[in-house]
Amino acid sequence: MDTVRYLDDDGKPLRDIPLSEEELLSGYRALRRARHFDERALVLQRQGRLGVYPPFRGQEAAQVGVALCLEPSRDWLLPSYRETAAAITFGMPLSKLILSWRADPAGWGAPPEVNMVQFYIPIATQVPQAAGVAHALRLQGKDAVAAVFIGDGGTSEGDFHEGLNFASVFDAPLLVVVQNNGWAISVPTQKQMKVQRIALKAQGYGIPGVTVDGNDLVAVWTVARKAAARARAGEGPTLIEALTYRVAPHTSSDDPGRYRTEDEAEAWKKRDPIDRMRGCLLHLGLWDEEKERALSEELEAEFLTAVEEADQASEPRPWEIVEQVYAEMQPDQQAAWQYLHGGEA
Amino acid sequence: MIVERGTRVINLVQAVNEALDLALERDPRVVLFGEDVGKMGGVFRASDGLQPKYGEKRVFDTPLAESGIVGFAIGMAMAGLRPVAEIQFAGFLYPALDQILSHLGRMRHRTRGRFTIPLVIRAPYGGGVKTPEQHADSPEAILCHVPGVKVIIPSSPERAKGLLLAAIEDPDPVFFLEAIKLYRGVKAEVPEGYYTLPIGKARVVREGNAATLIAYGGMVEVCQKAAEVAAHEGVELEVIDAETLVPLDTPTLVESVAKTGRAVVVYEAMRTGGFGAEIAARLAEEALDYLEAPVVRVAGWDAPYPPFSAVENFYRPDAKRVLEAVRRVLMY
Ligand SMILES: Cc1ncc(C[n+]2csc(CCOP(=O)(O)OP(=O)(O)O)c2C)c(N)n1
Repeated sequence: MDTVRYLDDDGKPLRDIPLSEEELLSGYRALRRARHFDERALVLQRQGRLGVYPPFRGQEAAQVGVALCLEPSRDWLLPSYRETAAAITFGMPLSKLILSWRADPAGWGAPPEVNMVQFYIPIATQVPQAAGVAHALRLQGKDAVAAVFIGDGGTSEGDFHEGLNFASVFDAPLLVVVQNNGWAISVPTQKQMKVQRIALKAQGYGIPGVTVDGNDLVAVWTVARKAAARARAGEGPTLIEALTYRVAPHTSSDDPGRYRTEDEAEAWKKRDPIDRMRGCLLHLGLWDEEKERALSEELEAEFLTAVEEADQASEPRPWEIVEQVYAEMQPDQQAAWQYLHGGEA
Repeated sequence: MIVERGTRVINLVQAVNEALDLALERDPRVVLFGEDVGKMGGVFRASDGLQPKYGEKRVFDTPLAESGIVGFAIGMAMAGLRPVAEIQFAGFLYPALDQILSHLGRMRHRTRGRFTIPLVIRAPYGGGVKTPEQHADSPEAILCHVPGVKVIIPSSPERAKGLLLAAIEDPDPVFFLEAIKLYRGVKAEVPEGYYTLPIGKARVVREGNAATLIAYGGMVEVCQKAAEVAAHEGVELEVIDAETLVPLDTPTLVESVAKTGRAVVVYEAMRTGGFGAEIAARLAEEALDYLEAPVVRVAGWDAPYPPFSAVENFYRPDAKRVLEAVRRVLMY
């Protein structure tokens, strides 16, 4: 099975790039935006201003490339905890994401114009749900697709298979994106499964499976765009395997030194998706130092504003924990609400 | 039997079928699916005739995968439809518990109301009809322990129809368990046309003053039988159908115990950790002043429900065991 690539490890185009100059520039910007958030989020985490945070460093292109094909008010995104980069690109406000990783109720849920379901924490449960979302969109005659993300480890769960089977049987307009980053916490892919390529699993469901260089934004974008077009045309789901690497630790409380070598991570850093994309722009004469500096400043300003906004969110109030359990509070929530409210109704 | 104008005598599965038919007719967002619900009309014929009437887009068969069915239904509900999913037997909900516990009950809460799940999951449950292994399980206590869902177990055709229609209209996820024993075991007058009954109400099905029997689903019939026997001996038992387990109508239960001073809770799931324990605990918390005896539970034994044979009768509570418990609370 081939791996779809458009850029070499330095970003030099290997063949004709099916994207406009404008698209290439906006793609690079989206990558840098995601990276900037990730770097700064880790700092906030170390300052105790975020809770446990799952960084995505190294996996930006695999997420951004898919999100760039989606329309947030029309299409749907069902991400796992690893997909903050996809969420940013899909239109989630940065302040909301900061609150979300603070586990602050104010950060739970997306604004009405963004069809993103809150990050899924249990592994693989989102896949059958995404199939259902996609099928419902189709039944309602909407020109919309859903995209669901999962890790290589997650493909071992039963729900991954039930979800793929449902999506394929019902020709649901769904993109199933597996970020194969080589590891499920400390367990390497070789101990997770016998198959070499996760994309091969698509054959078991009679749907197309593609392996793409997940650190090549042009490749991910192109593959996802094709899968989305297929889905919109009513031809059903596609399984996309993005080969990438989690350069960062599994979460802010993980120590990767216990299970992998520094050499391995170093080798992947040489294939960094952002460096490669910048290489591509430089090669095409679309980028320079000046633009890079301006972008950095813009992103930092945007991030600082978002932190300020997040800091201004009102403190969670005790009684919020029994709100939104039901559409209307039932007697047991009412009693708890009253107690948490200090007796005042 | 006298049939009034506007009602007919039908059984519980026919009542469910009518409710599904009316819901599909009334709301284009309603979709019905599960294993064998389409052409076959469901293993108990609850969806009989609905696929030809509403087409394969609205009434359809799914692959045989319970987690898939519930997860798929959750997604459909979030995306704007009103799915009614059938699980062939409640004992086969277990593969879907991940979806139920991880998301069904908490999606509204974890997204602050941005995504909600107006979904009904129907499943036949309970014994008394000699089914194979695992077909008679009563997993209601597991479901009641999920925050954010409602759990309804009707005990008559008339209640089943109105409550199922209310469940489909309800904005929250609802489990609707139907006692297999009652599907064809009881017939009653059921109003024609569309009507809903309030969720979260218990009802007094027989009045009495000596003690209160509290039950739901298939056990209401057993309690009524016990009450009839007791009445021959001059003991008037009150029988209450809890009907909605979540949210539970505690005030109605307390009110009855205030009158009778004694309570027996009857359910056919395993005794330990069963929903009857919840009812007993609530009475201890809220009705202790009225109680003249401890609340006694009559339930299945702490063992797996036995498959299709005579031993089923040793497991499932019957009128005799209920009356033994009544004697205990009366003699305390
Ligand atoms: C059902 C479930 N089991 C276990 C966990 C704990 N857990 C969190 S992340 C993880 C590994 C996931 O690896 P993978 O699917 O490859 O995704 P990645 O973290 O690499 O993005 C595990 C075991 C969980 N969140 N959910």
